[in-house]
Amino acid sequence: MKIAVVTFPGSNCDHDCYRALKLLDEVEPEFRWHRDRELGAVQAVVLPGGFSYGDYLRAGAIARFSPIMEAVVAFAREGGLVVGICNGFQVLCEVGLLPGALLRNESLRFRSHEVHLRVESTGTPFTSRYRKGQILRVPIAHGEGNYHAEPEVLAELEGTDRIVFRYVTPSGELSPEANPNGSAHHIAGIVNESRNVLGMMPHPERAVEEVLGSTDGLGLFQSMVDHLTAGVTT
Amino acid sequence: MSETTEATSRPRSTKHPQPRPGDPPITPELVDEHGLSPEEYERIQRILDRTPTFTELGIFSAMWSEHCGYKNSKRLLMLLPTEAPWVIQGPGENAGVIDVGGGLALAFKIESHNHPSAVEPYQGAATGVGGILRDIFTMGARPVAVLDSLRFGDLDSGRNRYLFSGVVKGVGDYGNCVGIPNIGGEVFFDRAYDGNPLVNAMALGVMKREELILAEASGVGNTLMAVGARTGRDGIHGATFASEELSADSDEASRPQVQVGDPFTEKLLLEASLELIRSGHIVGIQDMGAAGLTSSASEMAGRAGSGVVLEMSDVPVREPGMTPYEILLSESQERMLVVAKKGHEAQVREILEKWELEAEAIGEVTDDGHFRIEEDGTVVADIPALPLTDGCPTYEREGVESDEVKALRARDLSEFLEPRGDLTDRFLRLMESPNIASKDWIYHQFDTTVRTSTVVRPGGDAGVIRLQGTNRGVAATTDCNGRYCFLNPREGARAAVAEAARNLVCVGALPTAVTNNLNFGNPLKPHIYHQMREAVLGMAEACQLFETPVTGGNVSLYNETDGQAIYPTPVIGMVGTVDDVSQVVGHGFRSPGDTLILLGENREEIGGSEYLYRLHDGLVAGEPPVVDLLAERRLQHAVLALIQQGLLKSAHDCAEGGLACALAEAAVGGTGGPLGLSVEVHDRIAPVALLFGETTGRIVVSVDPEDEASVLGRARNHGVPARVLGHVGDPGDDFRIDSPEGAIRVPINEVARRYRNTLADLMDRDSDIPGGESHAST
Amino acid sequence: MKRFHVEVRVKPRPGLLDPEGKAIHHALDSLGYEGLAGVRVGKVIDLELAAGNREEADARAREMCRKLLANPVTEDFELAVAEAPESDDEGGQAS
Repeated sequence: MKIAVVTFPGSNCDHDCYRALKLLDEVEPEFRWHRDRELGAVQAVVLPGGFSYGDYLRAGAIARFSPIMEAVVAFAREGGLVVGICNGFQVLCEVGLLPGALLRNESLRFRSHEVHLRVESTGTPFTSRYRKGQILRVPIAHGEGNYHAEPEVLAELEGTDRIVFRYVTPSGELSPEANPNGSAHHIAGIVNESRNVLGMMPHPERAVEEVLGSTDGLGLFQSMVDHLTAGVTT
Repeated sequence: MSETTEATSRPRSTKHPQPRPGDPPITPELVDEHGLSPEEYERIQRILDRTPTFTELGIFSAMWSEHCGYKNSKRLLMLLPTEAPWVIQGPGENAGVIDVGGGLALAFKIESHNHPSAVEPYQGAATGVGGILRDIFTMGARPVAVLDSLRFGDLDSGRNRYLFSGVVKGVGDYGNCVGIPNIGGEVFFDRAYDGNPLVNAMALGVMKREELILAEASGVGNTLMAVGARTGRDGIHGATFASEELSADSDEASRPQVQVGDPFTEKLLLEASLELIRSGHIVGIQDMGAAGLTSSASEMAGRAGSGVVLEMSDVPVREPGMTPYEILLSESQERMLVVAKKGHEAQVREILEKWELEAEAIGEVTDDGHFRIEEDGTVVADIPALPLTDGCPTYEREGVESDEVKALRARDLSEFLEPRGDLTDRFLRLMESPNIASKDWIYHQFDTTVRTSTVVRPGGDAGVIRLQGTNRGVAATTDCNGRYCFLNPREGARAAVAEAARNLVCVGALPTAVTNNLNFGNPLKPHIYHQMREAVLGMAEACQLFETPVTGGNVSLYNETDGQAIYPTPVIGMVGTVDDVSQVVGHGFRSPGDTLILLGENREEIGGSEYLYRLHDGLVAGEPPVVDLLAERRLQHAVLALIQQGLLKSAHDCAEGGLACALAEAAVGGTGGPLGLSVEVHDRIAPVALLFGETTGRIVVSVDPEDEASVLGRARNHGVPARVLGHVGDPGDDFRIDSPEGAIRVPINEVARRYRNTLADLMDRDSDIPGGESHAST
Repeated sequence: MKRFHVEVRVKPRPGLLDPEGKAIHHALDSLGYEGLAGVRVGKVIDLELAAGNREEADARAREMCRKLLANPVTEDFELAVAEAPESDDEGGQAS
């Protein structure tokens, strides 16, 4: 199956995502350039991390107007799987596929280290390989990852099982110290209402090999493959 | 824009350049303001056979500055070993290049941005990273890692905290945005760096061997193109500025010379440059770094033995009305000079446009050996290229050691060796020293895992990255203890090389080559020149012995504030190769019950130690640790072999804070959380020296108890003293060291807490406003 | 067509946590400035645009704000429109 990785000017995790997808036998990753107007025949789209347009104005604010984004939005509205990681999450919020916004980290500093994530929902095409409550070790690297949304939006996310990952301590507890950026409700990743668009700040593509320190991110990509394979056969 | 790519070469001008309207007259004062001595000015007149124009004076001033011309260091640098079978490119290019196996080559270099960072720490550090990355990708290599070697005054001063905070943020923001992982480096605090921080950035890049491209302007008629950002008035005479001492009022006066970095453009420039190089449309490429267009164009001509002619009105500028003098000397960032093959200009433009960048033809390669500048067709400068780039006078000066240093070194330290008994408090104070405490506060601001190749992240002995698509890796580290170098520059430089090599073998890498950054004070002062010469001699000796040739680097002189020089700080950036990254070991303990083994010998050495500085009111005295280079080499061979045989679970060298702090760093440094330990040492030397002395040539390893005898035996077969120290404990156990006359005993979690919180506690204060506090009280 | 100068002030929405403002507030407090009730940090964007009249300039700038310059989830904006003086040419300002 083909999965598109979109490169914006300033993307710097595009090759990392490509390599992570390449580890899966079933997947043929393909790059898409921000000026492309069509996605072509792909089964899923990854918006990678980086500093699209230098993060100038607001992270993701300019990238959302790239020609490719019209195609991505249309693809998502038709139920296509879209995952935005880090800067990709910011782009998804800016373009309105996901609610809320990502503000500057509460510490005002860029934060780069391993975090522990708790899988909150396995009822998504991105997390079926995980157990509910499973703790994942995945790196973060961002300056603007502080998830913010209006109280009613947060209530809706909570009430509809759309919070997919939360920042927790190594033993799985919620605590301010384990929340690296001040995100509301310790949110690290959410899905849209129809559950086919995932945005997350941590980098699962950086946790796919033992030699890199963790393989906990692999399950996310494998879940997508499972979902797409099932979709093809039924 | 006028057309500059006509089919025939320009007619050669025979007329001498004339002064432009508005040029100031060339007076002795003006020559002096340009940092040129009367003798140097005479030499310029001889080269030209006439009086230079104002534009030409500016060109010479930049090219013959210390920064570009190395006039006070060149003769010393010639003493360094530069060759080995694996060296593909030695000194003189944008970066050194070595063969790292599998058809791959590694480009690497270190460069200083000390003066800009002292004035504006954020932009100074950011543009330092930008510059060193460009040096790497202009060789055809994709940057894969950066390291930073930083020095500041003590953090009890608001000014130093401001500088530290700004530099860390600048290094981080730039590298993070471009997407290059930071894999290590070092940070050192000492009052000797008050007001004169050192910011040395190192970068590594990887390419296929055949992708190497040199910065040469060859092929008569080929087109010179300015690529990337436009030229503005920023940083004019930065190269000269970098060669002057800072004074108390320099931050105000120097501000206009500070360049502003744009990492977004850099990222585009990186991708575009690599695509250009692979495309075959260009023959050479160089960063417009220090001294901007002047140095890039003249050096490219000088290396190729060709000439160039540049048309100033074709250079894309950011501001109208810029003079040739300003255009030639601007240090605007994120610009490149590209030599395109004749007739391939459109293809070059096309690649640049894909990356939303500009490329303009601004001149061409000639065969007359001249660096010629025209403005609307009128010659404004015409200088023979080779004398300009290579004819800078070089000096060998008189070096004399200062009496003050002699006295400090000779000082009797026996009174400081007295303390006995429970040394736990002293130990904890050392663990809280910013020079020893965890640097996570820094590294957490750097992206360390982007590019998914980082095998060992910052905080260990050396960073390691995997070469993508292979199991091979490269490791890198930077090292230098300025206090040792201050007390004994030759010994200190030897120690720096030895420690760098030791750090590399601790992760399982074979040391292969060096890039150096020579940070010193004013070379015209005899005691500074003495430091330089001694340091270079020590470095040369050690590099020779470890077979780690110097493939390039950077010299930063005049690091003085109000006449007070920094410690001589010859930073060693060393790289090594790893055959199989799955064999790499970290510095942290892995399992309770493992046996701790010390490789190397304890000696009673306390001179120049962190212990004296931190516990005795900043005392810097005594003879620094003596390096036994042959013993060091045996030790390193042994450790590398043991790691390759899979017998070591961790390895960590003893550096600042000595044996006790090395053990503590390893105890709290494991990925699974802090582990206690229990150690006994029986050496008959003063306990303070035994526990905290910084004797070199020692590595602490942890091994599976089953492998204990094997490791001891193999080490001894290499001629390395080896003995069991004790065992790794459980989480929550005590950290416990016993010796005949002194002991440390404290819960490991308390050690971990102090070690981890120090920098954050010092730095995350209310007054630490981003962008503010530029005139904080000191 | 006339030329207008529009100053766009983008501010964090009331009630939104503004850590940068908070840090500056603390710092000003510790420098001894008393009676500080609040500090908020926003940004100023200067637009030079051509329009038939002031109302049109205002409307176009508002549209730019809604579309790109401010994020409605987190930011409010204010405009100040002024007619630019004649022949105010400052040359190219490319990046």
